Parts: sequence; structure tokens; C-alpha cells
Amino acid sequence: MKPASFEYHAPGTVDEAVSLLAEFAEQGGRVIAGGQSLVPMMAFRLARPSHLIDINRIAGLDRLSVEAGTLRIGATVRHADIEAASHGGTLGRLLSEVAGSVAHPPIRNRGTFCGSLTHADPSAEWCLVTATLDASIVARSTRGPRTVPASDFFLGVMTTSLAADELVTECRIPLLADDARHGFYEISRRAGDFAMAAALVAYRLSNGRITDARFGLGGVETRPRRLPSAEAMLAGAKPGAQSFRAAAEAAAAAIDPMEDSHTTSDFRRQLARAVTSRALERSLT
Amino acid sequence: MTATVDVELHVNGRLHRISIEPRQTLADALRDNCGLTGTHLGCEHGVCGACTVIADGRAVRSCLMFAVQAQNMRIVSVEGLGDPGNLHPLQRAFIEHHALQCGYCTPGFLMLAAATLQQTPDIDDAALRDVLASNLCRCTGYKNILTAVKAAAAEMKARSSR
Amino acid sequence: MTTYAKPVFQKGTTKVLGHPVTRLEDLPLVTGRGRFAADINFPRQLHMRIVRSGQAHGRIIDVRADNARAMPGVVAVWTHADIATLPPIDFRDPAAEALKPYRQLLLARDHVRYVGEPVAAVFAESAALAEDAAELVALDLEELPATLDASAPPGEFGPGISTEALVLRQEYGDVDAAFRAAHCIVEADLSVGRHSGMPMECRGALGRYDAAYDIVELWGAAKVPHRNRDALARFLGRPTASVQLHEGHVGGGFGIRGELYPEDFLVCVASLRLGRPVKWIEDRFEHMMAANHSRQQRHLARVALDAEGHILGLADEFILDQGAYVRTHGARVADLTLSTLPGPYRVPAYRGVGHCRLTNKTPAATYRSPGRYESTYVRERLLDIVAAKLGLDRIELRRRNLIASNEMPYARPLTMNGHPVLLDSGDYAALLAAALDAFGWDAMQAQLRQRRAAGELVGSGIGFFLEKSGQGPSDNALVSVDAQGYVEVVTGGASVGQGFETAMAQICAETLGVDYRRVRVVHGQTDRIRFGIGAHASRATVMTGGAVHVAAAEVRRKALALAAELLQAPADQLDIIDGVVARRDAPEGASITLGELARQYAPGQDAAGHGTPGLYSEGWFHSEHLTFPYGAHLAVVQIDGQTGKVTVERYFVINDVGRAVNPKMIDGQITGGVAQGVGGALYEEFCYDKMGQPLSATLADYLVPTLHEVPDVEVMITEDTPSPFNPLGIKGVGEAGCSGAGAAIASAIDDAIGVPGAVTALPVTPQRMLVLLRLAGKPGQAAL
Repeated sequence: MKPASFEYHAPGTVDEAVSLLAEFAEQGGRVIAGGQSLVPMMAFRLARPSHLIDINRIAGLDRLSVEAGTLRIGATVRHADIEAASHGGTLGRLLSEVAGSVAHPPIRNRGTFCGSLTHADPSAEWCLVTATLDASIVARSTRGPRTVPASDFFLGVMTTSLAADELVTECRIPLLADDARHGFYEISRRAGDFAMAAALVAYRLSNGRITDARFGLGGVETRPRRLPSAEAMLAGAKPGAQSFRAAAEAAAAAIDPMEDSHTTSDFRRQLARAVTSRALERSLT
Repeated sequence: MTATVDVELHVNGRLHRISIEPRQTLADALRDNCGLTGTHLGCEHGVCGACTVIADGRAVRSCLMFAVQAQNMRIVSVEGLGDPGNLHPLQRAFIEHHALQCGYCTPGFLMLAAATLQQTPDIDDAALRDVLASNLCRCTGYKNILTAVKAAAAEMKARSSR
Repeated sequence: MTTYAKPVFQKGTTKVLGHPVTRLEDLPLVTGRGRFAADINFPRQLHMRIVRSGQAHGRIIDVRADNARAMPGVVAVWTHADIATLPPIDFRDPAAEALKPYRQLLLARDHVRYVGEPVAAVFAESAALAEDAAELVALDLEELPATLDASAPPGEFGPGISTEALVLRQEYGDVDAAFRAAHCIVEADLSVGRHSGMPMECRGALGRYDAAYDIVELWGAAKVPHRNRDALARFLGRPTASVQLHEGHVGGGFGIRGELYPEDFLVCVASLRLGRPVKWIEDRFEHMMAANHSRQQRHLARVALDAEGHILGLADEFILDQGAYVRTHGARVADLTLSTLPGPYRVPAYRGVGHCRLTNKTPAATYRSPGRYESTYVRERLLDIVAAKLGLDRIELRRRNLIASNEMPYARPLTMNGHPVLLDSGDYAALLAAALDAFGWDAMQAQLRQRRAAGELVGSGIGFFLEKSGQGPSDNALVSVDAQGYVEVVTGGASVGQGFETAMAQICAETLGVDYRRVRVVHGQTDRIRFGIGAHASRATVMTGGAVHVAAAEVRRKALALAAELLQAPADQLDIIDGVVARRDAPEGASITLGELARQYAPGQDAAGHGTPGLYSEGWFHSEHLTFPYGAHLAVVQIDGQTGKVTVERYFVINDVGRAVNPKMIDGQITGGVAQGVGGALYEEFCYDKMGQPLSATLADYLVPTLHEVPDVEVMITEDTPSPFNPLGIKGVGEAGCSGAGAAIASAIDDAIGVPGAVTALPVTPQRMLVLLRLAGKPGQAAL
């Protein structure tokens, strides 16, 4: 399983990188950051980029910082960096917890947050997180920068709204309130496997009732998204068995589940119900 | 086939100057160009972990990196962990506790464990299980691997506190 | 028939037999100095890459290789036309004539029959180049419908040749009368899913023709090097002595590595024709569609009992999904399934019928505990179901039917690989009692009842297994001592990682009286010894161990005979401790080392009257009998009612091994076997789509259990009933860990949901578990 041949480029700046993309994207040139998703596809020769543009040497892309109420995650920030990070407040803690579910430690040591977004596997944890928390993705090309809200970024299985010659330089996630609650739950066949279903919820309490609810499901449809009908079951309700059950039922009903030979849509819906309940339960602690 | 590129790899404290195609993975470069066949290929798609080496202090899957990407990184492979005359506590523990049978996955587990214990010498049982669940073994059923790593961790802690 | 009441050797006080000593194999392996097939390189070697069919079934119109041949760096591309004179791959043992039409050619000629079937071979200067060129080989096929359901009525394999290759049948007693007289009859439709060994090292082979000495070498051999050497020599039409097989380190076998596959023949033929060494290393994607599959069987089984719960008769008809061809094992798996179904129980009447049916999937053959994983699952399922029907405790029902120890040796009118089934020794009832006691079975039942009352879906299960091992008929070993007192043991054995060298060294050391670390063990080199049985079917410790013991005992005798003369003491008053011969009652007194004795035995030295020169011996061990280790698996599972996920909370295996050479190695074998057994019960499956495309094509789809999925296996080894059929009393242990796992986990899942017989198909994936829960009326029950 040796990859097909390619030319290798290791630009030192974003400008160089996007120039290379402008030149080679049409012929199949691609960006490589962590490579943890791309290289296996190349090994199977499902991906055959003629040119690889390695962005690991570009200074500044590995920045993980809080600025003006957002957490900024640069293109070469690794999953492990996020797992280990101690800033970002509530959001940072949420991300650190979710990072522990991304594949396995050696993958996390190389794989990048932004790379996961551009790969757009419907079951990827960061795709769910960014879609649920209204993150934005900043991309650059020779035409200049562009900011895309997460809700517009993921179009379908392995498909984003990025142009072939665009480079994601960072992702920005609005910080959560200090008193924000959150819950995350994912189901996979074995620990570290891709999620068959995953749920993320975040909300605040005002007089004991849920406000600012955000709820999203991943792994069950061709792309992760917020589910307004589930959020509606939570808004203004007391967190507990009743509202949680209603949200779980709403979530299961709202989705257009992916089916394959191993997974019927019934099963997927049942999993959606389960992860929703459990993510909500976790938000209580 | 593309033109070869000259690459310098720092492996186990030595410099290897090799000429390879960009598509040569770090795993294949170690094995075919540096003469270090201790790093094994179990799947070449990043799932089994047999190819695990340490790069700049972190465990990575060498089948998922191209050798050109590994320049300027300090790579440690199983050959650099210890040798017969001077075994690393992990290597001794693996022998002591029968943590291997066919030995094919062993280098990957050793490097995974070595990197982990380097980073987190005090790792707890649950976290260690999570880490060791990264790699596949088909012979041992994992029980003895866990025991061996714990024993080595204890020995390494005791050593460093003296 | 020779039987052995107890070991015939004198115990030297270098006691290692039965001790959990560390392994001799480990040092190179933990330091990255192993030599697996991919680690071997020869100057000027070519790399072979196989072009494989991407369709499950089709008639070959053309294989166009010109573009591939034209690529720089490509030395040759072969299709069937280039090797048309070479025959199909034959069976390892004489097999039914009726199976011959189903043998596989090295490269497909008229038809492709499974995705992954070799249709061409590319030989190039590097592996990557060979892979590039392989993509340029075009296969023109007239696609044909794929047969994927072995249960469907058989179709046509070829003109006048059915896809039902063979129907095997064994029976004894009057089964129909037994069922007529029965108080209670239970029938079940039970299947095991398609899965296999999946070793961490894929296959690999290097062929090299040494023109200087006219020798064809195959490197990367495994399992049965001598048998394969003989087959290769026949195939190539060369003297046996001109073909040599070399086994290096092997990354797991589990039954599927070591059979001769097309690639093994191709590298040898290519090295001859192309005049350069040829290296072939399989990748994982290929492995999953080209290396032997196993286990897929569907059984319609029935059992008849009297009112007291005694088995009156057992009847079973099963279909084995053989895949596209019949490979080197012939009908062995079906035969083993048939002959092992009754297991450790008294079954007065039995009829087993096995259908080997071909489908358009990867060919299937043996995988660890072949036939037994399946038959144990089927039989134990029936017993669980019928116990519930009779209102008897599952354990009690088994107790009432276990063959008693005073009935041993127990002859059963069946044959296994042609051997009459004679259970050599066993105290099944005592083992069952010991298992339940050690596990704390009764206390566990109470605990589980409480947990179920609190809403958990938890249950316990049992799988009692009877394994088979130690197949003869004969093996040999050469034991020699050098002038420095080091010992070399040369065997025709093989190692797939199970600790063969250490086990042989322990036996030799104990018999001879030396430190086991001064013993070197050679295996897998066909040029070092004329005959060998390799290592498979859990026979090496019995057969090769027996031969090592015999040879070492003779070396000991020669040493003591000479020492007696030199030390002026009767031989029976001497002992050998750590390689030093001295009087038992005066160990600090006059002594002589084995090294010195070896020097005295050199040709021309003064050892006249003590036999041939050299302190060495060739030992043979013969056995007409199989040995039958036995035991039980006990499992506790917890089911997540919302997701269908099954967690194995606790797992216990008890195994009577006759005599344990190295308990820690046995523990390792069993634990590893359990991991595979759990895999087959809950995770692993080769699935296909309607067109016969493999869906389990990567290790992300085919789920090998990780540390999280495998429980901490508790292993209890007993030595209650040594085998009377070899001097050390040994029974093989390689397969016990797998044997009862499917049965035990199915049993535990039934118990958790309160429906005996609920589990009828393995693996029990979460999706299937949710269906079972719904059928049991327990939907949506939450796990805590």
C-alpha cells in the first residue's frame, strides 16, 4: 500500500502556500498538515495528490490563543495540544474533554483540529463541535481571506465549501460563558473508532431554566448540525428527565439518518436517542 | 516515479543522509534506507500502531508520516530504546512478564509506552489502559503488556527518585 | 500402543519443567533485531506485486499487461498464459478425489471467483514501482452473478460440477430411534460469522535460486516447512534436497499462515525464471481478501433427551461456506466440526452431516480451534436451550451428561482426520467443580440476580470445551552437546510466536540436566533436519517435545555411561546438575562437565565402547493417538440496553493440560485465544455486499479487539489427567483459549436477557443485540 508519486513542497509562509495551491490545486495538489486522515487515503490510493503542500513549517499556524472573546485555533494545532491546553475557560475545558475521544494518543500527537474540519468526516468530533458552537473557519487563497460560518462549511460526507485552492489558516470559536454547562457523548464500536453517533450540548441556566441552548448531533447524518427542534425542547425548561427525554425524541425524529450495510436508519435513530440522553445527563455534572 | 530528494533523518542519535522519493513514508525510510527493521508495518493505514516511533518526544505512527516531513525531528525507534547489553526497563519488563509472543507488535507497544512514561511518569491505570488501547496485538490478549508497562513505570519512578 | 504412567526421565535438579521461565525468543524481539519476512533482503532482488480481481465472479476475456510491461523498472508481468504448465495447488494431505476440481490455480485462467483472486504478477525493481505497474494491468471480465449465500441451493461451479463440493457424514448409534424415544427435543438454527486469524504480520515470501549449488530457497516459510518443502519440490519437479525452506520470525499464524498459497509458488518459479531473488510482502488490504477466511457455518442442530436430562441423541446438519476454492486443507474443517460436536458428553447416538459449499468469497480454511469453535458453540447452545426447557440448571444438565473419568480412555465411533476418536484421559466433572469453585459461580449468580433486579442487563455463561491436540504419527529431534557444554536441539518444528524454542529448551534442559539458557533450539530450517511436522494443531509440545525428551534422555545416558567410567562410580549414582556430572551423594566431589565429556566423544578420542562418536542423539517419538485437553470458559457480560453494546466484565478459563511445560506461556496462549474468541463473538466479521465486494477491507472495518474490549482473563491451569500417550503427559494448549468463547459469550447474553437460545448468530453486534432485546421485550432498558 505505497502511495502514488507526488511532488513535495514545504512552504515557509501562508503566502507561499496559497501560491502553490493556486498553481497546483487544479492538477490535484493538496495541503498536508497532520496527515492522519490524508495519508491512509493515499496509502489506499483513494487520494492521489500530484503535489503535497506541507504547512507544518509555517510559523504562527500553531497558535492556540484567546482573543476578543474567541478561541483561535491555528491550522497546525494538534488534537493533543487542545487536550493539554489549560486556557479558554469553559470552552477550553469542553474541547479538552472532547479531544480525549479523538482517535488515539499517537494520532492526536500529529493530527490537527483544522485538518479534521477540512476532511469533513461526518463522524468527526471537531466537525460536531464547530457546527454546534457556531464557529467560523478562516480560509486564505491568492484571492484573499474568507470567513465561513461552520453552518455553511460542511456540505456533506467529506465535502466542504472550500475551494480547491483555499487553505484553512484557523478556526475561531466563540468562548462560552463562565457558568455554561456542557455535555458530550459519543458511541463507537471500540474506543477510538469513528463515532456511530455523537451529541454535544451547551447551555446556561437562568433561574434554574435552560437558556442559550445549543445542541448538535454528529455521525448520524451526512454532516453534523445544530438541531433546533431538540433545542426547542430544552429552551426554558428545567434540566431533567422530562426535558431530556423530549429533546432525545425530537433529535431522533429530526434527523435524516445515514444508512449502510451495517447500520439501518432505525438503529441510527436509536443511537441518536441514546447519545442525546447521555450527553444531556452529563451536562448535569 | 518522481525524482528523489535528499533527506537527513536524526534517528537514535545518529544522522542518516538518504535519497528517497517524497512518497517514502518514515516507516519505510527507517526500514529500507536506515537499516532499522525493528519498526514494523502491520497495516500501513494508521490503525494497528505496530509502526509507532517517538518523534520529538511524542509517540507517532511512522506509516502516516512521509520521511521528508521528519527532517529536523528527533526520531527514536526501538533500536534506540536499549540494546541487549543495556536494556530499557520496558524491554526488561516485557521479557519478565511475557508481554510478547510473536513480537511483531512489540516495537510499537514499547515506543508507545516509552513515550507515554516519559511524558507522564505517574500515569494512572485508567489513562494507561486508554493509551495501550491505541495499538493492536493479536497474540497476548494484552494482559501481560499492561502488567509489564506498569512494572516498568514503577521501576523508572523508583530510579528517578533516588 | 505404548502408554506412559509417568515421565521416564530422571529429574535433574535444574528444574525448569513446569516453571514460568522467561522466554529465549524475547531478546531479539524486544530490541528490534527480529527477522521477519519483510526484514530480509537479497542483493538484486525484485519485488512482486499481485494484480487481483476487483470483481467477485466473472469470465476472463483478457488480461492486458502491455502498459505495465512498458513501465521503466518493470522486469516482467505474468498472466496465466506465462505459467500455463504449472498445476493447481494441491491438498496438504490426501483428500477426496471429488475435491480436485475446486483447487486454485496460481493465476486465474478462465474465471475469477472472488475479489482478491490473483490474475497477474508484476516483477519490478521496487515495491512502490510494482504497485504502480499493477494499476496499469487491465482485467477484462464478463461479469457473472455472485453466489454469496451458501444456504441457497447449490449451483454450478463449472460444467457438470456443483458448488456443493462435498458432503461429509459421520454417524453411530440409532439416531432416529433416540429421537422417537425422547422426552424432550430441542432444535436450533445456529450460525457463526465469517472471520479469521488476522495476524499482525501479513504474509510474505522470498524466493531465491542459488545457482551456485542449484538450490531453490523459500524464505518466510511457516507452520509446516518440511511438508511445504516436499510439496514445492514436487511442484517444481526438483529433488527434495534441492529445495530449502527457511523460517525466520513469524508474526502470528493462527492456522492461516503457512499453508502454501499462490504467492509462495510464484516467488520460487519467478526466482528460477528471472534469475533474481523475488520478494513479496503482502499488505493489509490484500491480506483481508486473500489470506484464508474461516468459521462461517450454519447449523441445524437437534438434541434429544430423556426425562432425567440424559442425552439420547444428537443430530446436526451444517453448511460450511468454503469460499471460492478448496485450498490445502481439503475438507478438514468440516471433518473436525463433525467429529468434535459431541464433545465431552455421553452421546449414545449421533449423526452429523456437513456440506462444503463454494461461494464467491475468499477461500476458507483452518483458524485456531478449527471446527471446535463452531461445534462447541452449537453444542453448548443446544444444552443451554434444552436445560431451560426441562427446567434444569444449565450446569446440572452438563454434569449429568459428562463422560466420567472412570470411562477413560473413552472410544467414540468417530474419526478425526482419519484417527479414531479415543479420549485419552480426563476428569471432566472434577474440572467443572473446580471451575465453579474458583470462579465463585454461586456467589456470582446471586450478585447478578441482584443487579438484574436493579435494572441491569447482566448475565453469566458457560462453554465447556473438549479440544484435540498432539497429532502424530511421529516426530524427531537431534540433541547434541558441544565441547563447551552448550546444547543444540535441532527440530523440524516451527514457531509462530508461541514460545516453541523455550518449551523445547525446557524439556531438553530438564531431561539432560543443564541450564535451559544454554540450549539453542533450531526450527523451520528444512536443510538442518530431514523430517519435521512443523507446529500446528497444538501438537508441537507433545510430538516434538516427546522427541526432544527421547533424544535428550539418550544423550544423558551416553554422558553418564562415560562419566561413570571416568569418575569410577556407577551411572545410577551420578546426577547432572547445571551441566556438571557428579555423585548424587557428593556433589562437591569429583566431577566432569558435559563439555569435557563431549570432547571425549569426539571422533578419535577415547570414548570407545560408548557408541557412535559425538555426544548427541537423534530421538524419535511415535504416537498413534491424539490427546484431548479440556476445560471450560465462564463469562459475565453486561449489555447496554440503549445501544446494544455488549461488555465482557469477567472471563475465566480453566484448562487441563495434562502437564504444563511453562505455565506463563500457557496463560499467554489462553489469554490470546480468548481475545480472538471474543472478537469472533462480538466484533469480527468479513461482510460482503450484494455484488460480492468485501466490506471489511481495512482494520477500521474489521474490528480486532483492543485492550478495552478484552477482559482481564483469569486462567486456571490444571494437571489432573496427564495423557498416558506420551512420556511427559502433555496435552497441547494452543487452541483452548478460542475454543469455548463463542459458546460462553452467547450463553451469557442469553442469561442477561433471560431468553435461553436467544443468540443464534455470531457476532452479536450492537445492532443485532438491539433486535434481540426487542424480541425479548426489553427495548430501551438503560445501562447504568
